[in-house]
Amino acid sequence: MPIRIVTTRVEFEGVVYEQRVVMEGDEPEVWGADAELRVVGKPIPRVDGRERATGAAQYSYDMLLPGLLVTAGLRSPHPHARIARVDTARAEAAPGVRAVYTRFNTPDLVHPASGRPIFAEEVVHQGQEVAIALAETRQQAIEALRLITVEYEPLPFVVDPEAAIAPDAPRVYSERERNQISDEFPKTYERGDVAAGFAEAEVITETRFTTAANLHNSLETHGGVAQWDGHTLTLWSSTQDIFGARQQIANALKLHQNQVHVIKRYMGGGFGSKIGAGNAGIIAAWAAQKLGRPVKYMFSREEENLAAGYREPTAQSYRLGAKRDGTLTALELRSLGNLGAWGGWYPPVSLPAKEMYLCPNVRTVDTGALTNLGTFASFRAPGVVEGISGLEVALDDLARALHMDPLALRRKNYAPHYQVLDQPYAVKTLLTAYDQAAERIDWASRDAEERRYPRGRASTLRRGVGMASQLWGGDGGPPAQAIAKVLPDGSAVIMTGTQDIGTGTRTVLSQIASEELGIPMSAIRVELGETEFGVFSPASGGSMTLASVGPAVRMAALAARREMLEIISHLAEAPVDALDVREGVIVNRETGKDMDSIGSYLSLLEGHEVTARGMRGPNADGVIVRTFGVQFAEVEVDIATGVTRVLRIVAAHDCGRIVNPLTFSSQIEGGIIQGLGMALFEQRIVDERLGVSVNPNLGDYKVPTIRDIPQIEIISVGAANELANTIGALGAGEPPIIPTAGAIANAVAHAIGRPVTGLPLTPDRVLALLNDH
Amino acid sequence: MPDQTAGRHADTPANEQAAWRRSARLTINGADYTVDVETRATLLDTLRDELGLTGAKLGCDMGQCGACTVLVDGAPMYGCLLLTIEQEGRAITTIEGLAAAGELDPIQRVMIEQDALQCGFCTSGQALAMKALFDHEPHPSDEEIDRALAGNLCRCGAYVKLRAAARSLAGR
Repeated sequence: MPIRIVTTRVEFEGVVYEQRVVMEGDEPEVWGADAELRVVGKPIPRVDGRERATGAAQYSYDMLLPGLLVTAGLRSPHPHARIARVDTARAEAAPGVRAVYTRFNTPDLVHPASGRPIFAEEVVHQGQEVAIALAETRQQAIEALRLITVEYEPLPFVVDPEAAIAPDAPRVYSERERNQISDEFPKTYERGDVAAGFAEAEVITETRFTTAANLHNSLETHGGVAQWDGHTLTLWSSTQDIFGARQQIANALKLHQNQVHVIKRYMGGGFGSKIGAGNAGIIAAWAAQKLGRPVKYMFSREEENLAAGYREPTAQSYRLGAKRDGTLTALELRSLGNLGAWGGWYPPVSLPAKEMYLCPNVRTVDTGALTNLGTFASFRAPGVVEGISGLEVALDDLARALHMDPLALRRKNYAPHYQVLDQPYAVKTLLTAYDQAAERIDWASRDAEERRYPRGRASTLRRGVGMASQLWGGDGGPPAQAIAKVLPDGSAVIMTGTQDIGTGTRTVLSQIASEELGIPMSAIRVELGETEFGVFSPASGGSMTLASVGPAVRMAALAARREMLEIISHLAEAPVDALDVREGVIVNRETGKDMDSIGSYLSLLEGHEVTARGMRGPNADGVIVRTFGVQFAEVEVDIATGVTRVLRIVAAHDCGRIVNPLTFSSQIEGGIIQGLGMALFEQRIVDERLGVSVNPNLGDYKVPTIRDIPQIEIISVGAANELANTIGALGAGEPPIIPTAGAIANAVAHAIGRPVTGLPLTPDRVLALLNDH
Repeated sequence: MPDQTAGRHADTPANEQAAWRRSARLTINGADYTVDVETRATLLDTLRDELGLTGAKLGCDMGQCGACTVLVDGAPMYGCLLLTIEQEGRAITTIEGLAAAGELDPIQRVMIEQDALQCGFCTSGQALAMKALFDHEPHPSDEEIDRALAGNLCRCGAYVKLRAAARSLAGR
């Protein structure tokens, strides 16, 4: 087969890069909006629902191996300190303890992100690794930690991002010259003439808005189980990215990649925080080699909440200039993100300001501060959730100043094309989404007396309705590969190296394969989550999975079907063009008659497996693919207590073709519920005097429960996006969380008649807003 | 069912068989087990690490998330807050006991049909919390459903469909 190498544009979480892709053969034509599909588009329950509902599904945490040692981690209580001395003698002598490791006996263990030792002399945040104990049981390992004595020499620290970037601030760690993530920062983007735009404005508003550090709190914590067999390592890793984990482990332990086998069959959530193997995976692999026994290291909840990342808190200052009729003339954003000790990158907080609304004159300045806190990690639509929340609150502030309807202001500044590169959008249905969602929530009556004051003006209950728009990529991209096999009995196996992190990947890939193979889903098994299959897939993040791996599976299935029919045409002595396959049965197109099952032909060959490969092709040139959407929220605020309840969310999103409406709606609901938590409850609280988090647990850090859930109504406004990829589908993981908090914030502002200044809108914050006049 | 002696640590060296170990007779999913455990062992650790019943999950280890929910004499309890040695004489049901004969419990069937699960890590606990509710009250109100499931966190946000599944089991 002739091989081509094509260069294409890929966007991952707001960052655009060039990617070279190897193509073996051509991708099929796109399934257009009017394609007649039998399986794709149907609300089919998860193919692995039974495993998940019966406890049979094996998560990394569930791997029980003979001789397994369990790890517990001792972590720094200080935000910045030198570890002078560690006494582990008592811990090592404790029952069941097999090893204790500290900086003094782990010279070769390196943290992949920072290049510094994992067990360092200088610890730079609360929760950084100091020691681990490995024991026969979990309780023994935990007990051993209590027997370790550490002598810390505390060092000056800084946890506030404003303070951190001041010239005289303590340095986050000793070899840094300034507390910003790189020399590129502060980073400015500018288009048009911002000064002229403000001069031209008839109304100028300023909005300062803060977002909190939100902890992922995946119910399964970070970690893995490592086992060596000779020179080969198997790591059951709780990761969204098995190939990234393989590379990290190989680098950290100086192994060939072919010595590292990473498995992740089931996973208890990641939400962006589990890209790669993480420190726990590296430590487990290293210790298992050292001790010659399998090792498990899964973080405790506290370790998870101190050292596994969070959505970076931001302070955003907007300045908007507009004509009296609402036309934007200038937009300026200064954002400051608190990225913790290592930073790494700064999520695209300013992306919405550049793109969401039509404005010729825009300046954004991003500052990424390093502080003595654990490092942030991507969290479901990193940056864009924070940026949309701030921008949409700023838009409502402008609407109030203009005495203009907030939705009318958005329509007035609708952006028909991608302003950053002056390119067209492949599809943009946002106006339709506005229409349908506004009608459903009855936007027109939002100011009606009986709606605002449901129990009359004498009651302390106030209701409000607010909205926020959404944009995100989600068109996926190469590289992503798949193998389709048809076995002698006519059943099929689809093999990819992707992950199902709870989104329903196995199910949608099975639907796509069934569609092309003509084999029922009950006779298809989708294998994923193992590097040993040798077919690369990207990390399950950035809403990339379906739009990247789906087309690869489709191409592989189509090629397998072609080969299968060719073989059967010889066996059945019928022209291949006359053959079709439906529900696993070969059909003669010319006579319309059923012939025989696939298996009855292929089994004649005694062991021949039809095998074909497929790969995700390049993205289209010259167009920008986006998911767009809008959410409207209706809330009720008790102005006596400050307690806010969300009553209703109407969500209209365009994610292209919906492969499975059932799992799609679950994604949308899940995103909205996390957004609701961000809006009302969720915040890591840091004691600034001590530089430590005071709520690294699920009791004091509040996530939504079933009692907090409003009525959620979902409208899918899209159809197959024919320029996105050959299945016409876009990712749906991230879009739904993006506008929720902004919509709720604007609804609260509407309810209480005061602008809001930050998240979460806890009762004390709402009462402070009410008392601030 | 025959009495089964289980536990990974039967071969632990004798000098580590401290006085704070003892054996306990447990009744789990209708079968009797004798385990040799540390007196401080939680029921969750015993189920998972000694008996290989890994359907109950450890999410927080401090009674805040509900992923370790099991039924003790029919009542939903957090396995991470129970001591194993105090469970003698009680009937323990884990998720593995809900479809023991291979036939799904109607709760599991409806949860799958209605997609009332995403990553699945909290699902065992949700299913058992629901089981306790319906054993007690076959036609719960929405308020009773919410109250019964409020102690089980779902970070993926399957709550909308958990409610729908419970309503449909309640005949609504």
